Amino acid sequence: MTDVTSPAVPADPPRRSQTQLVLRRLLRKPGAIFSLIILALFVICALFPELLSPHDPYAQSLTRRLRPPAFMERGLEGYWLGTDQLGRDLLSRIIHGARITLLIAVLAVAVSGLIGTAAGLAAGYFGGRTDAVVLRLIDMQLAFPVILLVIAIVAVVGPSITNLIILMGISAWPRFARIVRGAVLSVRSLEFVDAARSLGAHNLRIVILHILPNIMSAIIVYASFELARMILLEATLSFLGLGIQPPTPTWGGMINDGRTYLSISWSVSLFPGIAIALIILAFNLLGDELRDALDPQLNHN
Amino acid sequence: MTPARTAQPLLSVRGLKRHFPQSSSFFGPARFIHAVDGVDLDIYAGETLGLVGESGCGKSTVGRLIARLDTPTAGTIDFDGTRISDLGQGSLKSLRQSVQMIFQNPFSSLNPRMTVGAILEEPLIIHRKGDSAERRRRVLHLLDQVGLRRDQIDRYPHEFSGGQRQRIGIARALALEPKLIICDEPVSALDVSIQAQIINLLIDLQTELGLSYLFISHDLSVVEHISDRVAVMYLGRIVEQAEAPAIYAEPLHPYTEALLSAVPPPDPLAQTREIILEGGVPSPAAPPPGCHFAPRCPYALPKCSESVPTLAEYRPGRLVRCLRLDEISGHRLSGSPA
Repeated sequence: MTDVTSPAVPADPPRRSQTQLVLRRLLRKPGAIFSLIILALFVICALFPELLSPHDPYAQSLTRRLRPPAFMERGLEGYWLGTDQLGRDLLSRIIHGARITLLIAVLAVAVSGLIGTAAGLAAGYFGGRTDAVVLRLIDMQLAFPVILLVIAIVAVVGPSITNLIILMGISAWPRFARIVRGAVLSVRSLEFVDAARSLGAHNLRIVILHILPNIMSAIIVYASFELARMILLEATLSFLGLGIQPPTPTWGGMINDGRTYLSISWSVSLFPGIAIALIILAFNLLGDELRDALDPQLNHN
Repeated sequence: MTPARTAQPLLSVRGLKRHFPQSSSFFGPARFIHAVDGVDLDIYAGETLGLVGESGCGKSTVGRLIARLDTPTAGTIDFDGTRISDLGQGSLKSLRQSVQMIFQNPFSSLNPRMTVGAILEEPLIIHRKGDSAERRRRVLHLLDQVGLRRDQIDRYPHEFSGGQRQRIGIARALALEPKLIICDEPVSALDVSIQAQIINLLIDLQTELGLSYLFISHDLSVVEHISDRVAVMYLGRIVEQAEAPAIYAEPLHPYTEALLSAVPPPDPLAQTREIILEGGVPSPAAPPPGCHFAPRCPYALPKCSESVPTLAEYRPGRLVRCLRLDEISGHRLSGSPA
């Protein structure tokens, strides 16, 4: 048989893995670079808070209470963002707060992602009764106000980091499940799934090897948005006193601390607020850019 | 081309039906799409049966039922002496080795996240064939068999053209050394020039490996080229079945006659009398009573809508489903030799 196909093959393009391609596309966008730089900064803060913070975040001093940033009148040299109501350095507390904030957000997204992906895969792939059950569970979960649920459960089990992660994870799985279910439905009807079935592949193999890799980009993009939501939820809970308990520094808790002194010192609440806003902006931007980078077909506009 | 007819067909389908429930209002009676409505067919070892018909006539559903991607509503499918129509998902695994499928769309039938090597190795892994070195040898051999280069083994499907992708699909179907391959419109998504290459590849592989094909297509000229026998389907039923040369030389059923008259002849100046069928294909949710073709048949009489004609042997090897066959043969609209 003549192989007419081989001469038609053009010169080989340089071969790159999917990840490399996505990274290259991502790094061409200013928005993506901006968000990655901000996230890298916060991640470094979270990893090495002791090295970066100029002061002990727990060291109190009655003489240095509620000072404005260093460059302002009454500011203290070395205390760049000023001090809080107990004289603790704000910058050091924000840096240390990054660790707890990111840790909780990442783990909560992992928990909700695992539950949501599993439920969404089952609902989308098996359809029928499984689908109906999962959809009703999603409706039930979404009908319950998250804050109310957390207040009730924290009141019973107490506000530990583990409890917080599990609660936040459980509160967010339905949205994950919906995204995954939708993605599965669009992939399930493609012929390669039928091909795998006709080869004798069992359901688990089809779901793990054929469906999951093809919906991964949707999951990654959604996880990025969900990280932003989880940071906001954690800040909200800490602000309400339901999250991490003092004296551990958390951004939401710091805003709450400063709330009482807002008329005397604006900086105590403002700076942790800026940190929250920045990191949420960065995750949302990254999510947008990731969606474009992972789906080149969308880029042709 | 015609293989020696053994007494026992490799595949034997009797009274095959598949009715899809149609979501209707909560109160009204349950309605069903009669996608396949009583199909009988046999495929012998080493032969190709072409299954033709308009889109929506149920030919792809027949293929999916035989590959057991779907479960029949009624009827039996016997493959190689085993009744496969009622096997559960668990006991289907050995059937999967013997019956394989080639899909229509080469752009969606290959997992975009798997390399060619992984795609071709997967059936061997599923059926626990050999160790990884043996599997790799087998994959390389498969690439040779379908005319792909061995160094393309680590490439992803998006790096191939449509024709090359279809070759990968064929190689995947060959991996388990099946006896029967169901080709579901394997070339209709390809350019005409590529179609011929793929058809020739399928014919070569058949000669080399002694495969049987169920070749599903809406393209009569493609089917004529590859098939030993041809079955024509209309609205869920087979209306005519015969040796390929015979059916093209002398179509007996009015629907076959109309279908063939619509094929443009190679000579553009040749006089043709195309039979124009009126109306469209009726909905398979509410098929017409009696002969399904009666509402559009130029020869139809009232009796055609009263009773369902059987697929009767008109001549040896020649099955036709028409009540008026004896009356109309000889008075053909298309003027083909009777």
